[in-house]
Amino acid sequence: MKQKVTATVRSQRMLAEGIMELVLETELAAEAHAGQFIGLYTADASRLLPRPISICAHTDRTLRLVYRIAGGGTAQFALYGPGMVMEVLGILGNGYPLAPAAGKRALLMGGGIGIPPLYQLACDLSTTAAEVTVILGYRDAQLFLAEDFRGIGGVRVEIATQDGSVGVPGTVLDAAGEEPSPDVIYACGPTPMLRAIQGWAAEREIPAWLSLEERMACGIGACLGCVCQTAEEDPHSHVRNARVCTEGPVFAASEVVL
Amino acid sequence: MSMQTTVTIAGVTLQNPVMTASGTFGSGMEYADFVDLHRLGAVVTKGVADRPWAGNPTPRIAETTAGMLNAIGLQNPGIDVFLSRDLPFLQQYADTTRIIVNVCGHSIEEYLTVVERLSDAAVDLLEINVSCPNVREGGIAFGTDAGALHEITREVKRHAKQPIIMKLSPNVTSIAEMARAAEDAGADALSLINTITGMQIDIYRRTWTLANRTGGLSGPAIKPVAVRMVYEAAHAVQIPVIGMGGIACGEDAVEFLLAGATAVAVGAAHFHEPRASLQVIEGIEQYMQDQGVTDVRTLIGAAC
Ligand SMILES: Cc1cc2nc3c(=O)[nH]c(=O)nc-3n(C[C@H](O)[C@H](O)[C@H](O)COP(=O)(O)OP(=O)(O)OC[C@H]3O[C@@H](n4cnc5c(N)ncnc54)[C@H](O)[C@@H]3O)c2cc1C
Ligand SMILES: Cc1cc2nc3c(=O)[nH]c(=O)nc-3n(C[C@H](O)[C@H](O)[C@H](O)COP(=O)(O)O)c2cc1C
Ligand code: FES
Repeated sequence: MKQKVTATVRSQRMLAEGIMELVLETELAAEAHAGQFIGLYTADASRLLPRPISICAHTDRTLRLVYRIAGGGTAQFALYGPGMVMEVLGILGNGYPLAPAAGKRALLMGGGIGIPPLYQLACDLSTTAAEVTVILGYRDAQLFLAEDFRGIGGVRVEIATQDGSVGVPGTVLDAAGEEPSPDVIYACGPTPMLRAIQGWAAEREIPAWLSLEERMACGIGACLGCVCQTAEEDPHSHVRNARVCTEGPVFAASEVVL
Repeated sequence: MSMQTTVTIAGVTLQNPVMTASGTFGSGMEYADFVDLHRLGAVVTKGVADRPWAGNPTPRIAETTAGMLNAIGLQNPGIDVFLSRDLPFLQQYADTTRIIVNVCGHSIEEYLTVVERLSDAAVDLLEINVSCPNVREGGIAFGTDAGALHEITREVKRHAKQPIIMKLSPNVTSIAEMARAAEDAGADALSLINTITGMQIDIYRRTWTLANRTGGLSGPAIKPVAVRMVYEAAHAVQIPVIGMGGIACGEDAVEFLLAGATAVAVGAAHFHEPRASLQVIEGIEQYMQDQGVTDVRTLIGAAC
């Protein structure tokens, strides 16, 4: 059941320039799944809308969020310290399905602030997939979470940087080209990256799961603000549109038009 | 203190004067985790057209100070799906909660198709949206021209089995003139305001935030404009007026009642607080208790 609850900040720290890690204590955590998200409210009611933030990791009682300071709302989040409280709407959306990778070789690709949700996914797949490779794409040497991924047992981590300062120079797909072909792909990142991965996976006939981003108001499927285009008529909307907050944010690559 | 909270609109009695604003509450289903729909005066549905509408390209949402712009473009699954899926859901609550269907179209014929399809349906009232600023064809012209408003009101009234509420656009010079045009043509009630046309430009990308460029402004930012327009409309006509625009708490709702509204609707506030409609009901009751008001109807138009 979706709820709006008051969560307590357990910790907050900076991971890289402008990238924050926030750990919240909330009963919502018990229902969290890799790839799902929450709506986080600022304390300032003149900012009406909750900010969608993905779940980077969860325990039964805590949610770990990693976010970029992108504007006024996230700048306000960065001011919160231990013991302070925040209003949270959750748990929202459908996360990554784990079943397609059971006993198979999974390739996870994350770009920039699309990296965090892959962390919980990599943890979950590390015990169910035959092989897990993660490719993390960054702009430059300001890496974040890379060490956390390396700490997951049985997960291989590759880095790609746009400026070539660390790992493979270029994009996650440049790095993927040097890997053996996987059985299933999971990705999160900016739309141009997802579009490229969608094409790359389709050419090789590899099933892929993409996490999309769109501007949201309600976060729970009521306002129809957050839709993405779909290849076929969506069974809920009866047009070629699906709600990113409800049917997504994770979609099969073959279902969406990017 | 025993309190009387019911109000009547065109012969339909609501257990309290609080409804949901069209398009902000889905079909009701989406908010059922947060709100006991049995508590609401009425649920007003998202606009329903004669066939599925895909709506506008994204981005459709932009936040503004104490408000938001939307350019959904009236995406809806059409009257068939509404009748087979959404209406049966709402009927579960019909013992307490009135059902108001918001109707949209590109032409008078399209409105009439929907109205006729609803004639045998268990629906209490129809709200005719002639004011959505996000649909280029038709819609807006009906809402901003008194002659066109008169014509569509008359046609809808002739075909509708249920009483009709005409939902007025604030994007006009004289709301009183529009209110009178709808009343003259046979409207049973009015609702206002719909969203105020606005625009936001992202200065770093040097382009519009919304793909549609313009969108409808709603939320607390528009409340004073809405209160003024509800006041002007309510004093121009005899039929009941349903007030909306930025209502987020009981005090806001009371302000609309005092301005002349018989009932109120809660819209964008749902996005900040999913339980907003319940909080508004509780806030009105608290105000009545604190102020020794025994009948909510004594508040209607009581500002003097
Ligand atoms: C499903 C989903 C998951 C996300 N997960 C993360 C995450 O884990 N970490 C992270 O750093 N960011 C994430 N984002 C992006 C994050 O929501 C935005 O960066 C954030 O809303 C910006 O808010 P702001 O007030 O700082 O910026 P402003 O630009 O001031 O925000 C203005 C308005 O635009 C909206 N907005 C601005 N940018 C975006 C965006 N990229 N996507 C959606 N809405 C936006 C805001 O929510 C707000 O309503 C996610 C977005 C979605 C849709
Ligand atoms: C996302 C969104 C969708 C809306 N969709 C409709 C609609 O389908 N039909 C309609 O008549 N009004 C629609 N409206 C207008 C609202 O019903 C209401 O008139 C307006 O938002 C002002 O109230 P508020 O400030 O409380 O939101 C919509 C508003 C929003 C924010
Ligand atoms: S944000 Fe309202 S439907 Fe997705």
